[in-house]
Amino acid sequence: MTQALTINGENRETAAETVADLLKEENVPLEAKGVAVALNGSVVRRADWSATPLHAGDSIEIVKPFSGG
Amino acid sequence: MLMKVENPNGDPMEIAGVPFNSRLMLGTAGYPNRQVMLDAIEAGGAEIVTVSIRRISLESYAESMTDVLKGKHLLPNTSGCATARDAVLTAQLAREALETNWVKLEVIGDRETLYPDVEELLKAAEELVKDGFIVLPYANDDPVTCRKLADVGCAAVMPMGSFIGSGLGVANPAAMARIVAEATVPIICDAGLGTASDAAVAMELGCDGVLLNTAVAKALDPVRMARAMGLAVQSGREARLAGRIPKLERAEPSSPQLGLIGG
Repeated sequence: MTQALTINGENRETAAETVADLLKEENVPLEAKGVAVALNGSVVRRADWSATPLHAGDSIEIVKPFSGG
Repeated sequence: MLMKVENPNGDPMEIAGVPFNSRLMLGTAGYPNRQVMLDAIEAGGAEIVTVSIRRISLESYAESMTDVLKGKHLLPNTSGCATARDAVLTAQLAREALETNWVKLEVIGDRETLYPDVEELLKAAEELVKDGFIVLPYANDDPVTCRKLADVGCAAVMPMGSFIGSGLGVANPAAMARIVAEATVPIICDAGLGTASDAAVAMELGCDGVLLNTAVAKALDPVRMARAMGLAVQSGREARLAGRIPKLERAEPSSPQLGLIGG
């Protein structure tokens, strides 16, 4: 079963049930340094990724550092 | 290979109780390639470097800036944010991503000038300070705004020299001098500097440090320009501490006026 989420501004269907599932599905290594996640406008700490469930309509941001001024 | 700028030991810039020997802070964007960026940071002697926080590309996961800039004091920015809400969330994501509570707070009110939205900036600064952040806001070169930012608990305030990326230098030296004179926290001149003399001017006006990016990254030889900036910052700092002579609108001879031949 899949559900519709907004991932980094794009509407997507996913079978992922938790934040950790979603990152795996998107090929983001869970141990990767510098990755941070926000779910519906609040940061989800790395330690909570596998225990945080996703629901239809959720908006998720996955970010990392880039060059900047 | 150019010599790198050696930072003095006896005159640290302290922000939130942390001493830095270098008063030059560098951005990491827009260099011809990653190696030139790293060489420029090295040549300029910068200890604090800024990074941005962006959505990852869902197609590929590339090497992280955290590995590339190992050993540097990373200062994540909230560039591109237009509201206090977005800036606060970006800062919180940066804290999680980089394990630092330091943030260069940018809240932009106008895309053409990249001027801060002062109302949203103050709101975000206050909120982030309460949330335990060390906040360094990019601000207008306006003594009132800078004072208000210090009053809400920002660890340093970073007024613009001039428009971001413009290379126009310190556009309003008198305002910058007033900001410095009234400052209760370190003042970092951020944005608009074009060449070494601009950095020296900012330091001579009493700024505690400068933060720049484009002037180095887009120079013909970024590594050499970074070194020039590092030297200029030291030079300007020395001149500030030495105390310059007042400006006169007439000549004042430097040789003795007594014992002139034919006198």
